[in-house]
Amino acid sequence: MVTLSEAQVEAKFEQLAAKPTLSKRLWEFCRKQPLGAAGAAVVLVMIFMAVFADYITHFDPVKNDLANMLTAPDETYILGTDQFGRDAFTRIVYGARTALLVGFVSAFAGATIGLVLGVASAYFGGRFDLLFQRVMDVVMAFPLIILALAVVATLGTGVQNVIVAITIPFIARSARVVRSNALAIREIPYIDAARALGYSHTRIILRHMAPNVMAPYLIILTASLGQAILLEAALSYLGLGVQEPIPSWGLMLQGGAEEFAETAPWIAIWPGVAISLAVFGFNLFGDALRDILDPKLRAR
Amino acid sequence: MYKYIAKRLMLMIPTLFGAAVLVFILLRMIPGDICEVRMAGSGMYFDQEAIDVCRENIGLNKPLPLQFIEFVGGYFTLDLGTSMWTEKPITHEIQLRFALSLQVAIMATIVAIAIAIPLGIISAVKQNTWIDYAVRVFSIAGIAMPSFWLGILIILGLLVYSQAWFGEPWMPPIVYVPPWEDPIGNLSQLIWPAVATGYRYSAVAARMTRSALLEVLREDYIRTARAKGLIEKVIINRHALKNAMLPVVTIIAIEFAFLIGGLVVTEQVFNLNGLGKLFVTSVGNQDYTMTQQLVMIVVLVFVLVNFAVDIFYAWLDPRIRYS
Repeated sequence: MVTLSEAQVEAKFEQLAAKPTLSKRLWEFCRKQPLGAAGAAVVLVMIFMAVFADYITHFDPVKNDLANMLTAPDETYILGTDQFGRDAFTRIVYGARTALLVGFVSAFAGATIGLVLGVASAYFGGRFDLLFQRVMDVVMAFPLIILALAVVATLGTGVQNVIVAITIPFIARSARVVRSNALAIREIPYIDAARALGYSHTRIILRHMAPNVMAPYLIILTASLGQAILLEAALSYLGLGVQEPIPSWGLMLQGGAEEFAETAPWIAIWPGVAISLAVFGFNLFGDALRDILDPKLRAR
Repeated sequence: MYKYIAKRLMLMIPTLFGAAVLVFILLRMIPGDICEVRMAGSGMYFDQEAIDVCRENIGLNKPLPLQFIEFVGGYFTLDLGTSMWTEKPITHEIQLRFALSLQVAIMATIVAIAIAIPLGIISAVKQNTWIDYAVRVFSIAGIAMPSFWLGILIILGLLVYSQAWFGEPWMPPIVYVPPWEDPIGNLSQLIWPAVATGYRYSAVAARMTRSALLEVLREDYIRTARAKGLIEKVIINRHALKNAMLPVVTIIAIEFAFLIGGLVVTEQVFNLNGLGKLFVTSVGNQDYTMTQQLVMIVVLVFVLVNFAVDIFYAWLDPRIRYS
């Protein structure tokens, strides 16, 4: 029998437990989740567009150019110009910034606040939980767009207010899902152990319970991203969201899309393609993530 | 069972009351009020006295708790009040538009079910084949496409093709005609908004059908059915589908309750004078009474649909009503 030194044993263990390299794991993801990989690719292109907008196009997204109003797509203006002579492609590229900003901030804020509230509600239980659930019931009873409309009407339009308007309904949805998962975790003895050790409520909620509901949290977060972008577009389309001259996809459809639909259809088509592709990408990616993280959580 | 129904009915009351409080406060936090909107609209110079008179007439200078009691008290006397903007009874304003919105909602539901269930079944049965991928892409696209953009595309398509085929552009009828008066005119007006709203709806339902059916197909009794040598068609139709339909029916019902949200946008695109459009205008006009009642209708429909779903579940599954 060969005796191994301690170092050799260590090495053996490491060899056995060797993690697949990043590229290997990426390849595995693409093979198992082709749709998810396609979604991730779309999202990456969007982020690239938003970050390098200044280098991708040399037109000004805001400045009017009345000499070139409603130009059909040609070599200079790839996707044509709108009724103010602004290049549609440029506005779509810059619009990615608005969409991603609203999408990421409101999905992240909504899901995270919901995470903390949902875990706290499950942890404290009793009367607090009951009251909190009733409040969530009320918020959930409003269709997303109607609640967002009400908040926008209260706070006024503009990018920050749109973000707040979209975040609030997301909090309720995230808190609901997280709470139902956290209820099960609360019953596991290690929570009792943590309490017996005299840890504070905040510490137990944030350090001991929250990390264990990461799967539903991430699922809700990615599902919210696409929805947030859609909501922003709908609000801007109704004239209650982002205001001119800030480039926004929904706003581009509101401006002249219907009025000039017959003579200049490109105004109506391309911003919608951008919205759909972006949401499509986020949803595909979110679905794949959901399948990986929790095959059982298939609701919706 | 009756006890369970009574318990669920009681639970509706705090939700409705909470919604009433929330909408009441939200609306009154908006800076400005209907009198100022009116002044601005009529182009008159800012006359404080006229605004005060207007507020007096509408009852806006009453203390807020009194306004709230009037709003909620109306439900006990079955009086929804009058619209601040048109000064007509709210029941009358809603009556005018209710039929249209309801018809679009029902047609959208039919479109959704007709598309969703067959697609969901095919997708689940042929899991991970190209058909499955195609259906999944189709349904995720439905969720990704904003319904107002789909509406714009439909209008655009109709304009272009009617021009090409009939020589003159298609014009949607402007006034709503009930189906019993002019069925063809009615359908040609409402089928397009129904499709624009229904596509998204069908996407949600198709995904649910697929995942519910996949879940059921993994059950032991399906294996037993296969082992017995039943043909696949019987297994799917008789054994799997019946058990998979429960979540599908739920999602269809809940999405129906939320259709009004979709209609807000679709009615704008197709220029239909329905409840959704009324909602957007009354928010714009700061017509408190109107907006309150519309929001309460939406919430009521949602709460009732949820109630119906819960009762349906409890009826099917005794474990729920005894827990």
